[in-house]
Amino acid sequence: MKHRYRNPLSIARGLGSSKDGLGHWWKQRLTAIALVPLVVWFVVSMIALAGQDRAHVLSWLHSPFHAVILSLFLVMSLYHANLGLQKIYEDYVQARWLQLSSRIATDFAAVLLAFAGVFALLKQAFGG
Amino acid sequence: MPMTMNERPLSPHLQIYKVELPMMLSGLHRITGIALSVGSLLLIAWIESAVYSAEAFATLNRLLGSFIGQLMLFGWTFSLIYHSVNGVRHLIWDTGRLLEVKEIHTSGKIGLAVTIVLTVLVWILGGGFPGGAL
Repeated sequence: MKHRYRNPLSIARGLGSSKDGLGHWWKQRLTAIALVPLVVWFVVSMIALAGQDRAHVLSWLHSPFHAVILSLFLVMSLYHANLGLQKIYEDYVQARWLQLSSRIATDFAAVLLAFAGVFALLKQAFGG
Repeated sequence: MPMTMNERPLSPHLQIYKVELPMMLSGLHRITGIALSVGSLLLIAWIESAVYSAEAFATLNRLLGSFIGQLMLFGWTFSLIYHSVNGVRHLIWDTGRLLEVKEIHTSGKIGLAVTIVLTVLVWILGGGFPGGAL
């Protein structure tokens, strides 16, 4: 490298012009890669469950494999959705207070939904 | 728009560009992403109602079996498949491949075709629409 325009401190921090570095981009790709096989599994499972009654769905959820993979799908989906929504707020919501509160609300909602979903799946897997 | 800080030129605005397939598909990726975020609420509702309440589960199934419910479910199916297929396109781009303009058009058309075929296939296999099943 002949000439660097960037300040050595900015290179050391590694945060770039977006101020939060590669973190968001990288997590979005990782969750995307994880979701490719999970989505295929989810779609095939939903086809198999379509039209089935509650008892059948519950016995399907009782299987540890289904409970674990569905939990993974749920958590990865919510994580990935949250990352995407954060970018959408950054791009389209101009009022600073509204952007920040939307971002925080979505962060909280994603965690709440993940806990609620996984808890229900665990309850069914261990109890039901 | 808040007032501009200075008189620097802005990049060309949306209406300056000719509408082309890749930009439509890019917009659709975001739109289906938002739709899927909303759709994740449906998945949670399905899990919660299945585990906690027979009545709620029956109500949810009735709603999903209705005309509007089926339409939403079809939109969800399309969104999930489109966003996944187009997401794979993005992952390929991240490796530095298929970035020529011509390749972007071609992969866009292929992705769209794959999405439509898979959506219809999933919908037929899942027994949607005709009987209003599920």
